[in-house]
Amino acid sequence: MKRLQIMDHVILLAGVFFMVAPVFLAFLTSTHDAVTIYRSGMQFTLGDNFLENYHTVLTQAGGFTKQVNGLVMLKNSLILGFGFAIGKIVISMLAAYAIVYFRFPFASFCFWIIFSTLLLPLEVRILPSYEIVQSLGLVNTYTGMIVPLIASATGTFFFRQFFMSVPEELLEAARIDGAGAWKFFIDILVPLSKTMIAAIFIIMFVYGWNQYLWPTLITTDETFFTLVRGIKQILKVWIGAQIPDYDQAMALAILAMLPPVIVVVIFQSWFIKGLVESDK
Amino acid sequence: MATITLDTVRKVYAGNVEAVKGVSVDIDDGEFIVLVGPSGCGKSTLLRMIAGLEDITTGDISIGDRIVNKVDPADRDIAMVFQNYALYPHMTVYNNLAYGLRNRKIAKDEIDRRVKEAARILEIGDYLERKPRMLSGGQRQRVAMGRAIVREPAAFLFDEPLSNLDAKLRVQMRVEIKRLQKALGTTSVYVTHDQLEAMTLADRLIVLNGGAIEQIGAPVDVYDKPASTFVASFIGSPAMNLVPVRSENGRLQAESGAGLDAPNLHGSDRYLLGIRPEHLEISGEKANGTDGLSMEFTVNVLEPVGAESYIYGQLDGAGPEIVVRAPSHARYDPGTVLYLNATAADIHFFDAENGRRIEG
Repeated sequence: MKRLQIMDHVILLAGVFFMVAPVFLAFLTSTHDAVTIYRSGMQFTLGDNFLENYHTVLTQAGGFTKQVNGLVMLKNSLILGFGFAIGKIVISMLAAYAIVYFRFPFASFCFWIIFSTLLLPLEVRILPSYEIVQSLGLVNTYTGMIVPLIASATGTFFFRQFFMSVPEELLEAARIDGAGAWKFFIDILVPLSKTMIAAIFIIMFVYGWNQYLWPTLITTDETFFTLVRGIKQILKVWIGAQIPDYDQAMALAILAMLPPVIVVVIFQSWFIKGLVESDK
Repeated sequence: MATITLDTVRKVYAGNVEAVKGVSVDIDDGEFIVLVGPSGCGKSTLLRMIAGLEDITTGDISIGDRIVNKVDPADRDIAMVFQNYALYPHMTVYNNLAYGLRNRKIAKDEIDRRVKEAARILEIGDYLERKPRMLSGGQRQRVAMGRAIVREPAAFLFDEPLSNLDAKLRVQMRVEIKRLQKALGTTSVYVTHDQLEAMTLADRLIVLNGGAIEQIGAPVDVYDKPASTFVASFIGSPAMNLVPVRSENGRLQAESGAGLDAPNLHGSDRYLLGIRPEHLEISGEKANGTDGLSMEFTVNVLEPVGAESYIYGQLDGAGPEIVVRAPSHARYDPGTVLYLNATAADIHFFDAENGRRIEG
C-alpha cells in the first residue's frame, strides 16, 4: 500500500513537472533581455529585466500603427473571453430551455441539428461566416468578433442534459405556485444550474480567450488585437538586422495565461461540483 | 372551501389509450375523498386533471361553481402535495412556502403571517431558514404540506404523499393529515394505492379500476358491501377469498368438487362466493347447522404477523387457495384438516360472469 502511494505521487509529480516546467521556463526567460535569449536560448535563471520587460509589454505601443499596447490587447482579450462565455451561456441556456420544456414542432429534430453542428469545427464555415459578417459591416467590431461564434452546441447539449434531470414535479409545483415560463426559468432553473453555469463559464472563457483564427480574420484594425495575436505579432518583426523581442513575447505569453488561470482558480470548486453533484 | 364536480371526464392519450373512462363524481365541501386503485388505474391522471396539469379530453371539471377545464393550475385555487415533495432545492423552507404567495402579489406581512401560522401548525418553525436537503423525509413532507396550507386553497390535492416515508412515519403522518384536514375543513382529494391508507383517511372512497369507477362509498360500506370482485379483493388485507361455486340440490358447493357447503340465497346456478378471512371461524369438526357456510380446509402455511396469524391452505385439499385469520397463538401443522364456518350474513355473492355483486 505504502509503495503504491509513493508510486502514485511520483506519477503525479511527473505530471505536474511536465505541465509546469515549460510555463516556469517561459517565465524565467521573460526576465532576461532579448539579446541574451537570442544568443543562448531558454534561460534557467531569474534575469534582472523582469520589471522592465513587463512594463514595456504592457505600456509600450507596438505594431505597425503604434496604437496598441499590452493593456489594450488585454482589454480586448477580456472582452472576447467574457463576451464569449456570457453570450454562450445565455444563448445555450435559452435554447436548451426551449428544447426541453416547450413542445414545438420538430423540437427533437432541432436538437439533433444543433447537436450535429458539434461535428463541424469553425474552420468549415469560416468563409461563409466571414462573408456574412463582412456584408453586415461588422468587420473590426467586437460584435463581429463575438456574435458569429456565440451559438454553442456543446453548451446547449450540456444544459439540455441538465434540465432533463430536473424532476418534472418541480415544474408542476411551480405552475401551481403561479410561476409562468419566464419566472420558472429565472427563479428555479437558473439558480439550480449555478454549478453547471460555472463549469460552462470556465470552458467557454478559455475557449474565447484562446481564439486566434476568427479574430485574425475579422479584425484588421490593430486596436482590436487580442493578446494571443499580440504574441505572434511581436515575433513577426523580423526585418533587416532586428531580432525578435523574445523577452517581450515570453512576457506577453505569461500575461496571456494569467486571466484563464485566475478564472479557473476562482470557479474550480463550483466546476467540480457541477460535474459531480447529483443532488437536485 | 368548495365542492368539486367531475362530469363524465375522459382522458385519451396519444395512440388512443383511454386512461380515464368517463368518470363522474360530486365531491362535497370539506369532504376527504380518496382515490384508490392499483397502479395504472388512472387515479393519478384524474388528480392531475383536477389540478390542471393534464388536459381534459372530454367532460367538465368544476371547482366551486366554476368550470375550470381551461383554467391555469395557478388560478384554480388548489394546492397540491407531490409524492417526491417537489420542494425548490435552492430556496429556504421559508421561501418555499412564500414563493407561491409572492407570485400572487400578496402583501409581505400577510405572507409572513401565513408562513408563520403554517409553520406553527406543522411544527416546522425551527427549520424555516434551512434548505430542503438539510431536512429529513418527514420534515420535507411537512414543508410540502405547509406549502399547500399557506395558499389557503379551496381544495388540497395529494398525490401519494406518504409513499416515500418509512412505515412508522407513514402512520404518524397519516394521522396528522387526517387531523389537519378536519381542522382546516378543506375539501381534499387524495390518491393512493395503499388500501389501508385509503380506509383510514377517507370520508368516501373511490375505487378505480382501468380508468373507470368500480365503487364510491364510505370505507366501511365499501368493505362491507364491495360492488365487485375487484373491490372485494382490493379492499381488505389479506384479500377476500373468492371461490367459484355451483348449485347442487338447492345447496352450493365448490366448482372443484366437494368440501364446501352453503345455502343458495339468490337462485342462480353459478356464483363467485366471497368470504373475508376474518369472518371464517375455525373449528375442529364439521358444523351441523345449515344456515351458514362450512368448508373443509387443509393447512399449507401459517403466517404469524404478531397480533394475529393467517393460515393459508386449500379447500378440500385440492381446491382454490383460502386464507383464514387465526388468533396469534394458533399453531397448526401443514396438512392438518380444519373446518371453517361462517354465518350467512358474512357471505358475499358475485355474478360468475361479470363479477358484480348480487344483492340479497
